[in-house]
Amino acid sequence: MYRTRFSDHLVLIVGALFLCTPVVVAFMTSTHTAADIHMNGLSLTWGGNFIDTYEKVLTQKGGFTGEITGTSMVINSLILGVGFAVGKIVLSMLAAYAIVYFRFPMATLSFWVIFTTLLLPLEVRIMPSYQVMSELGLLNSYTGLIVPLLASATGTFYFRQFFKSVPEELLEAARIDGAGPFKFFIDILVPISRTMIAAIFIIMFVYGWNQYLWPMLMTTDERFFTLMRGIKSILQVWIGSQIPDYNEAFALAVLAMLPPVAIVVIFQSWFIKGLTESDK
Amino acid sequence: MAAIDISSVGKIYNGGVRAVSDINLDIKDGEFIVLVGPSGCGKSTLLRMVAGLEAISEGTVKIGDRVVNEVEPADRDIAMVFQNYALYPHMSVRQNLEYGLKNRRTPKAEIDARVNEAARMLEITQYLDRKPRALSGGQRQRVAMGRAIVRKPAAFLFDEPLSNLDAKLRVSMRGEIKRLQRRLGTTSIYVTHDQLEAMTLADRLVVLNGGQIEQVGSPLDVYHTPASTFVAGFIGSPAMNLVKAELQGDKLAIGPSLISLDGYAPTSGAVTVGLRAEDLRVVSANEGMPFIVEYVEELGSQRLAHGLVGDQAVTIALSGEAEITDTMWIAIDPSRLHFFDAGTGKRLEARATVTATAPVPEPVG
Amino acid sequence: MAYTTSQPQPGGFLSRLGFGGAARKKPAAAAEEMKRVQFTSPVLPYLFLFPQLAVIFIFFYWPSVQALSSSFYIEDPFGFGSTFVGMSNYTDALFSAEYQSIALFTAAFTIIVTFLSLSIGLLLAVKADRIIKGSSTYKTLLIAVYAIAAPVSGLIGMMFFDQHIGPFVKMMSYLGWNMQVGLNYYDTAFAMIVVAVWKQIPYNFIFFLSGLQNVPVSVREAAMIDCRSGFRRFWTVVLPLLAPTAFFLLTINVTYSLFDTFGLIDVMVKDKPANNPITLVYKVYNDGFRGNDLGGSSAQSVILMIVVFVLTIFQFRYIERRVHYN
Repeated sequence: MYRTRFSDHLVLIVGALFLCTPVVVAFMTSTHTAADIHMNGLSLTWGGNFIDTYEKVLTQKGGFTGEITGTSMVINSLILGVGFAVGKIVLSMLAAYAIVYFRFPMATLSFWVIFTTLLLPLEVRIMPSYQVMSELGLLNSYTGLIVPLLASATGTFYFRQFFKSVPEELLEAARIDGAGPFKFFIDILVPISRTMIAAIFIIMFVYGWNQYLWPMLMTTDERFFTLMRGIKSILQVWIGSQIPDYNEAFALAVLAMLPPVAIVVIFQSWFIKGLTESDK
Repeated sequence: MAAIDISSVGKIYNGGVRAVSDINLDIKDGEFIVLVGPSGCGKSTLLRMVAGLEAISEGTVKIGDRVVNEVEPADRDIAMVFQNYALYPHMSVRQNLEYGLKNRRTPKAEIDARVNEAARMLEITQYLDRKPRALSGGQRQRVAMGRAIVRKPAAFLFDEPLSNLDAKLRVSMRGEIKRLQRRLGTTSIYVTHDQLEAMTLADRLVVLNGGQIEQVGSPLDVYHTPASTFVAGFIGSPAMNLVKAELQGDKLAIGPSLISLDGYAPTSGAVTVGLRAEDLRVVSANEGMPFIVEYVEELGSQRLAHGLVGDQAVTIALSGEAEITDTMWIAIDPSRLHFFDAGTGKRLEARATVTATAPVPEPVG
Repeated sequence: MAYTTSQPQPGGFLSRLGFGGAARKKPAAAAEEMKRVQFTSPVLPYLFLFPQLAVIFIFFYWPSVQALSSSFYIEDPFGFGSTFVGMSNYTDALFSAEYQSIALFTAAFTIIVTFLSLSIGLLLAVKADRIIKGSSTYKTLLIAVYAIAAPVSGLIGMMFFDQHIGPFVKMMSYLGWNMQVGLNYYDTAFAMIVVAVWKQIPYNFIFFLSGLQNVPVSVREAAMIDCRSGFRRFWTVVLPLLAPTAFFLLTINVTYSLFDTFGLIDVMVKDKPANNPITLVYKVYNDGFRGNDLGGSSAQSVILMIVVFVLTIFQFRYIERRVHYN
C-alpha cells in the first residue's frame, strides 16, 4: 500500500495554485475600478466595484455602431455554442449511423472523405474558406458562423467509436423484435447514447463558445460579435488610451470563461468520460 | 409452433471462408434440439441462419411450411435468447418484454396479458418496473427468456444463454428452461459448447465439428454409440479414452497387452479403440492390462485415476472408496469397446465381421 | 464466435493514427470489427450521410482545393484578375529570411510547449493518482481552466505580463530582468510559452490521470512484489503502459502548439507582429488578411498542410513502433 507523502500534496498544491490563481485574480481584479488597477496592479481581494463594472459591460452600448452590448455578445456566443453543438450532434450521429450500421458500396469512400478532415484544421485553410463564405454571401450571418465549423469529423468519430462498442446483439434482438432502421435508431440507439450525447454536447459547446479566429473573420457587423470577438475589439480600442479599462477587459474575460469553466466543473465526470473515451 | 426443416444448408463468408457445409436436419414440432460442438464449429452460424441474422449461402431453411431464406428476422416468427441477454438497457423490464409486441401492433390488452403471464411464469413480476442494470445475472436471464416467451413464436432459438452465469445458477436455469419448453411445447434450437448442458437438455443432440454434422441422435444414443472419435472425445465426462491399438485376429493389442475379443473384432490392422472410463474395471494382478497411475482426481462420489497403459494416457473411474495403488491391472468387457477407423476416425461396427452371437453396440446400462 | 461477414475495414488507418482509442482499451477484436449484422438499403445510408458530406464538401474540400490552386497565382491587389506564377509563391516563402525565422520560432515554441505541458501534466497526474484524501478537490482545481479559450488566456496572460500592472514583470524586475512583453522579442516569446503551457496542462492531466487509473491494480500489485523501488516501478511498469496515452497526447499537443494557440498569440502580440514572435499559422492569417497576398498566404497554407501530413505520418511510422500497445 502506497503511503501518501507530504511532497505529493505539495506538488499538487503548487500545480493547482499555478493553474487557478490567474483565474481568481482575473475575477477579483475585475471588481476594482480601472484607476485602482492602474495604481495598484492586479488584485487578489474583492474591490467592491463588481456591480458597476459588470452592469456597464453587459448593458453599455459600445463599438462603432453603438449597437453592441456585453449581453448581445453573450447571446451570440450562446447561439454559436449551442448551434454548433446541436448541429454537430445531429450531423455526426446520422453519418456515424450510416457508416456503422449500413452495408453499402460507398461506405469506405464516405468514411475516408469524412475522416480526412481530421488531418487539416480550419486554421490552415482559413483564407480560402473566407473566400468561399463571401462567394456564398454568408458573411455576417449565423449560418456562416456555425455551419462551416461543422465541416470536421470529430463528432462523427466520437459516435462511430461509441456505436461500434454497442453490443451487436442489441441490433439483432431489435431486428427479431421487428425494428427497422428508423425504429432502431429512435427507440434503441438514441436512448442508449444519451450519456454520450450529453458528453459530446458539453465538449462541442465549449469548442463553439471558444471559437475565435473564425468569428473574427466572418463577422464585421457588430450585431454578430461574440465575446471572443469582443475581447479582440476591447484590445484594439486600448492601444493609445491613457488608463485602459482593465476592469472591463477582465470582466469580459470572466464572462467569456465563466460558462465553459462552470460546465466543465459541474459536469466533470461526463466531460472526462466523453473526452477520454472517444477523443482519439 | 412449427417444424423446422434445414436442408443442404451451407455458409460461405465473403472471401470464401466456409463456416458451415451441407447441413440436413429435420426438426419436429415441439422438439428440443441442441447444437453442440467446440468454438468455431459453426453451431452459432447455423442458429443465426435460422434466425435470419446471417444470410443463407446454400440450401433452404423452412419454418412450418414456409421457406424463410429471404424473410426478415422479425417476420420469421422466431424468438431468440442471447448469451449476453441483449436487453435494451434504457427500457424497464416491462418495456423490454413489450417492445417486440408493440412493433407488431399487438393490442394493448393482449400485450399486458402476455407480459403478466410470462412474468408470473418466470417469477419476475416484482421486477417489471426495474431497469436491466438493477437485476442480477439470473434475473436478466429470466427477462431474456420472458422476451422470447411473450412472443409466442413458432420456435425458440437459444445462443449459449447460460454461459454468462455461474455454475450453480447454470444448473438451476438449465432445469427451468427444460421445464418451460416442456410446458409450452415450443420447438427449440439451443446452441452450447457445454456437453453436459447438451446432454441434459436435448431431445436430440446435433454434434457439429468443422462446420459439418458429426452425429445426430438422442443423448444416450450419442453417448453409447459415438459415430466418430470426435464425438467420443467430446461427449461424456471424463472424455472417452481413445488409444491406438492393433487388431490381430480375435485379439486386440494395446501396447504390450493383448485383449481377447470373443469375436467382437470388426476388422483387422490398426484401429483407434475407445474405452469409457467407467467401463474399465480393476482386476487382480497380471490379468488385464498394467496401468501406471500418475495422479488421482477426487470427485467425492468417484475417484478418477489418470495414468498410462503402455505409453498411452488412460483415465479410469472408480467408486469413491476404491483403493488405488501405483500400478493396477485393468480390464474391460469386449462388448464395451468402441472401434474407430485409425485414419478417418469413423466408427467401425463390430458386428460387421463376426458371428452374431453377442448383442453388439446396443445401448447398455 | 469468430465468424464475421468480412467487410472492408475502414477503421485501420485511423486506428493506426491513434484515433482508435476506445478499441485500444477493450479486447481489440470485438470493437474494431464491423457489425456482423447491418441494414441494407439503397437510399437510407446516403440520406443519413448527405448533410455531413455536403458540409464537408462545401467548407472543407472546396476551400482546400482553392488554397491549392491559388497558391500558384499572384492575385492583383485590386482584384483585376490573377497571373499564373508556378512555384514562385512557394520559393518566395521558403527562401525568405523572415519565413525561415518564423518557422524556426514555431518549431522551438512547439517543442518547448509540448515538452513542458506534457511533463507537468504527467507529474500532476502521478501525484493526483496517489492521493486518496482530497483527490476530487485537486482534480477539480486542476481541470477547471481546461475550457478557457485561447484569446481569454492570452488576455489574462497579457495582464500578468503587463508593463504597468503585471505581477510577473514586477517579480522579475527584483531579479534584475527588465521584462518588456510586447516589445522585446524574447520576453514576448517567454510569456507566450508560459501562457500556452498553462492552458494546456489540464488537458494532459485529464488524459494521464485516466491512463494511470486504467493501469490494472493487479499489474501494480505484481510490480510491487517484483520491485522495491517506487521510481523504478513507475519507470519500468507504469510508464510503458502509459505510452499509448503519451503518444496520443504528443500528437494533440503538437497540433495545439501549431494551431490552437492562434488566439493567444493574436491577443498577446497586440496587433503588432512586426517585432514580436509569431507562428506560421499566424503568418498565413497575417499575409492573407492584412497583406492581401492571397497567393503567398495560400502557398503557406499548403506548406503547413504538407507539414501536418508529414508529421502525422512520421509520428505514426517511427514513434508508434516504440510504443507498447496493450
